[in-house]
Amino acid sequence: MTTDPIIRVERLNKWFGDFHVLRDVDLAVARKERIVVCGPSGSGKSTLIRCINALEEFQEGRIVVDGIELGPNLKRVDDVRREIGMVFQSFNLFPHLTVLENCTLAPIWVRNVPKKDAEASAMKYLERVRIPEQANKYPGQISGGQQQRVAIARALTMNPKVMLFDEPTSALDPEMVKEVLDTIVDLANDGMTMIVVTHEMGFAREVANRVVFMDAGQVIEVNTPEEFFGHPKHERTKLFLSQILR
Amino acid sequence: MSGNDTNFVRKTLTPARKAPVITTGFVGLLRTRLFNSPLNIALTFASAALLWFVLEPTIRFMLIDAVWKGSDRTACLADKTGHPVGACWPFIQAKFTQLIYGFYPDDQRWRANLTFALAAILVAPLLVPKIPGKILNAALFFIAFPFLAFFLLRGGGLDGFAFYWLAELFGAAWKPSLTRFWLDFSVTTAVVTAAVIWLWGGWQNGRRAGLSSALTFAGIALVIETLHLDRGGLPLVDTREWGGLLVTLVVSITGIVASMPVGIVLALGRTSRIPLLRIFCVAFIEFWRGVPLITVLFFATYMLPLFLPGDFTIDALVRVLVGIALFAGAYNAEVIRGGLLAVPRGQREAANALGLSYWKTTGLIVLPQALRHVIPSLVNSFIALFKDTTLVLIVSLFDLLGQLRAAFADPTWATPTTLFTGFAFTGIIYWVGCFAMSRYSLFLERRLNAHRRT
Repeated sequence: MTTDPIIRVERLNKWFGDFHVLRDVDLAVARKERIVVCGPSGSGKSTLIRCINALEEFQEGRIVVDGIELGPNLKRVDDVRREIGMVFQSFNLFPHLTVLENCTLAPIWVRNVPKKDAEASAMKYLERVRIPEQANKYPGQISGGQQQRVAIARALTMNPKVMLFDEPTSALDPEMVKEVLDTIVDLANDGMTMIVVTHEMGFAREVANRVVFMDAGQVIEVNTPEEFFGHPKHERTKLFLSQILR
Repeated sequence: MSGNDTNFVRKTLTPARKAPVITTGFVGLLRTRLFNSPLNIALTFASAALLWFVLEPTIRFMLIDAVWKGSDRTACLADKTGHPVGACWPFIQAKFTQLIYGFYPDDQRWRANLTFALAAILVAPLLVPKIPGKILNAALFFIAFPFLAFFLLRGGGLDGFAFYWLAELFGAAWKPSLTRFWLDFSVTTAVVTAAVIWLWGGWQNGRRAGLSSALTFAGIALVIETLHLDRGGLPLVDTREWGGLLVTLVVSITGIVASMPVGIVLALGRTSRIPLLRIFCVAFIEFWRGVPLITVLFFATYMLPLFLPGDFTIDALVRVLVGIALFAGAYNAEVIRGGLLAVPRGQREAANALGLSYWKTTGLIVLPQALRHVIPSLVNSFIALFKDTTLVLIVSLFDLLGQLRAAFADPTWATPTTLFTGFAFTGIIYWVGCFAMSRYSLFLERRLNAHRRT
């Protein structure tokens, strides 16, 4: 799987002040591969994927996305971000724009797509996440699950090669988790490369090619879902799984 | 009917009763709020008495006892008219033009009127959200109108354009003439238009921008022709002759409009991650917020000329305008910074993740939300600024209040009530202006915050 990685993270080190939040993290993601990152809170999962998208700076190591190297000084930020779509835990839709405007903003202003074409393509993506009828509402007027699906559609409008999901269902009411996960599964079945930080172990089992377990800023164990859930190797992994799978 | 009885036979008939006490409408208000308890009854009477003691004398002074006709002070003296005298409105009638235009020459007042009218024509559609063409409208009002107003109100013409300015800069001799003027104008047009096309990415992409540029210059040419700016323009009216409401409006509108971009830039600078820029903005803001407006005006008027080289002079009014814009800008900067801090960090991150640059993120995502948060505070400072403009009095610019005080000095109208009449009149003008701003901001808030209603 790692013959042609689209994302390569090598010996990544990051500190928040004196706190060593990422320690020698290595990760390679192949094209069309689906990685689930899990671990206890504060283990550096979110920080890792935020580094890949250059939302966080890092002090040592290197990240290469589709051949574009993102050094510690984040020089080619815009080139990298163009390859990557990101979905946040708290949706981060733009509250002053309608759902449709949320989805056309980046194509119009970053790619200079004419407004009409941008709207047509945005509607296509809204249909794909199954909420075209909400296009003219404001984010505050739709449910959390719908907002998160709009956020996914918004990221897709830029035709990213990789999608990053930062705990996409953690801020949702339980009955809305499924609609968002279904959308992500659809996306996975279409062959999108993705890294998902999540606590949804059922989802991990169903979708992931590999599960990455992190603790205290380090990658503890990387394995296929079957092995990871069936025969965890590391003590820390066993402890973690015993705590969340009861 | 009780229990699960489905059959029913009425045994006793219900007699008609009186309707319950009305709790709605005016009568209901009296019953439920104003006279429903001893304390409330007492409060109601106390309030009514207070209202009466305020309103009765006001109405008596302003309307009933007021004098409406007359040609000098005798009309407004109680011992001459034989009844108590309230407001002396003939005083306002006699001084009206002075209060509006100051000492602006009589035969040139049409220029001030035309400026007022143009401003109204341009502002009105800008304030009504439904009317289309906002970008053109805003460009006309914020960019074209100030220049037009300058040449209309002050008069004077132009000697040339880019080449003339370059010649000035390098101290070369330039004899103004009509041919040279228009030659300079054409060359400037061509150079600027070409530059615009090049900046917008060549002939393919920049054609429309180039066309706008050429059209803009055509508009400028039209204005130059109409106002004869190429032949000296309208007669000069020195800003020292301006006064009254004209000065109040020029100073406050310029202050409000110019302080916004200043405030936005300073607020962004202060929240920037570039240390030097941040330090500069903090220092700038703290300096301007730390000195009184009177000091600013005084320095701008009397000290600045001492620092400027030789024959280089800036008009007194312009210096005051710059001072007020920077002063108000520093205040706005802090208000806007509050709005910027209220926008969650995730908003900028989400926009960044979509590939939007710093400026696009700021302009499309962060600022629109930040400014919506601070509309009430911004309007608050605009209203304060509108009234503070009267401080230009201390640098010998006579705004509405200054002009009023000058009018008080006229012995022809020295009566016991002149002072009250004058302040009542100007008070009403200021109140109408401030109240209009306040109502408009409420309307704007409701409209722009449509997304918050769920």
